[in-house]
Amino acid sequence: MKKVFTRPVSLKNAVFHYCPGCGHSIIHRITCEVIDELGIQDRTIGVPPPGCSVFAYYYFDVDMVESAHGRGAAVATGIKRAYPESIVFTYQGDGDLAAIGTTETLHAANRGENITAIFINNAVYGMTGGQMAPTTMLGMKTTTSPFGRDGKLEGHPIKMSEILAQVEGSCYVERVAVNSPANIRKAKKAIKKAFQNQIDGRGYSLVEILSPCPTNWKMSSVRAWEWVDEVMSREFPLGVIKDTTGKRSAD
Amino acid sequence: MPKMLMTGNAAVGEAAIRAGCQSYYGYPITPQNELTEYMAANLGRRPGCAFVQAESEIAAINMVYGASVAGVRTMTSSSSPGISLKQEGISYLAACQLPAVIVNMSRGGPGLGSISAAQSDYFQSTRGGGHGDYRTIVLGPGSVQELADLTHHAFELTDKYLIPVIILGDGMLGQMMEPVEFSHEAPEVPPVRQDALRGAKGRPSRFVRTFTSNPPDLEEVNWSLFRRYQLLQKNEVMWENYMTEDARLIVTAFGIAARIAKGAIKQARANGLKIGMFRPITLWPFPGEQLKALSKKTKFFLDFEMNMGQMIEDVKLSLEGAGDVSFHGRPGGVIPTPSEVLRVITRIYYQKGLS
Repeated sequence: MKKVFTRPVSLKNAVFHYCPGCGHSIIHRITCEVIDELGIQDRTIGVPPPGCSVFAYYYFDVDMVESAHGRGAAVATGIKRAYPESIVFTYQGDGDLAAIGTTETLHAANRGENITAIFINNAVYGMTGGQMAPTTMLGMKTTTSPFGRDGKLEGHPIKMSEILAQVEGSCYVERVAVNSPANIRKAKKAIKKAFQNQIDGRGYSLVEILSPCPTNWKMSSVRAWEWVDEVMSREFPLGVIKDTTGKRSAD
Repeated sequence: MPKMLMTGNAAVGEAAIRAGCQSYYGYPITPQNELTEYMAANLGRRPGCAFVQAESEIAAINMVYGASVAGVRTMTSSSSPGISLKQEGISYLAACQLPAVIVNMSRGGPGLGSISAAQSDYFQSTRGGGHGDYRTIVLGPGSVQELADLTHHAFELTDKYLIPVIILGDGMLGQMMEPVEFSHEAPEVPPVRQDALRGAKGRPSRFVRTFTSNPPDLEEVNWSLFRRYQLLQKNEVMWENYMTEDARLIVTAFGIAARIAKGAIKQARANGLKIGMFRPITLWPFPGEQLKALSKKTKFFLDFEMNMGQMIEDVKLSLEGAGDVSFHGRPGGVIPTPSEVLRVITRIYYQKGLS
């Protein structure tokens, strides 16, 4: 019998701890598919953060090192500079990359560190129980913005991808989502390109992924998928934000 | 090999390169900039080596963490306010049992403080420094030559015990120039640790982490660290006894303060006073038994530090009540002269009736 669907080799045979409807498990899977397809499992080092994906090393069958909150880009810099043959990716949430780790992220991008960042934007701090994130929508109620996020008091949803696209050292920035089969396919393509850029030595690549968090959004999984389309992607438009690889792309 | 005239900062850099340090990450702060500059000029372009001027001390220590995970010898340096920022990373290094060398050319505090030499970071260095139940190995050099020698030793210790090493210098040691001799040549092929994360090639994938949702697992990590700390206390303490044989009053001092005290003690001896000195070289583990042994010869001690009295707590703990400990200190980056220390020594010597 012909096998048409199977677990990626670089995804461990483990049960995800993520909530039903969460985007992390989808993103883990497609990232592992990319690692398999590029044949880089034996030289990939992943850098997961504190947050819901802190246990990513139970799922990814590649070498991994836990980073302090927000410091993923600096840790990845240290690994890549010490061992340039490695393929290094950070896996960071919005609190990690867009709040506490803004400095490390921006400067790693500006130095053109030859690494890949997978940036999960779900508009809340998930693991700590749904507090306001830097990417929380205006008017959105969270446990620390119980009256709805007010731009005058709590600032505005920060667009890290657009900011990171501004610096010379980033070569590729794209925003995708994992709320439909079509979007998941696009997300995988973007992740693959971001890893390929590193293999080709092009510099800093980032894929921002709008990812549903039904638990903290207090929605059903189906409604959360719709909300990504109806609300989140209006504030954070999907698409390629920067691509300097142009026709020089390997594929 | 001929002696070279170097600043303490440059000597640390040269000794680190000769110890096989392959990556350095730093951020400018006085009085240690010569070290960062030395590494920029002499390490950054060496084949297989890395130098990054990081965007902050926090980033620098996390780059060190990454380099250590990848198995190479790595170092960062800073001075007091910057070392405070590095504490997060040092706690993670300690938790993950990753080797690294961290140099603190300390200056006056608290706050931004002064840029002058001080020893106010003794507590921070010897009590772990960051959050959690851990220690680092702390070395307290007293000359440029010793800075160079202890830098080499630091890389050996950190690799052997998988515990971060702090070299606690100060602004004066870092800035002053002295002749220095290096006992090692840089290795042609720098060492790479066996347990490095370099991809799961020919072996199962591995991970390095600190977080656990199961407290008993973390307790076991803590006990495993503790057992290594006991080994360090047993095997790795370093100290110097100076003219203690017939001493009636023993000065306890470390680092540059010991250097100043030595000048005072020489003069006191010339004046006929029987003074000696006990100088811990490993500040943690503290050579407590070796200090206690001296209390069989005399009961009188004078602790001298360039702070308001920090090492004195270890001195008293070690003596376990077997000594009468006086104190003289100058905090804030004020550097006392040997004649000032001589006056204090002389006063205490006669007040205690030791003549």
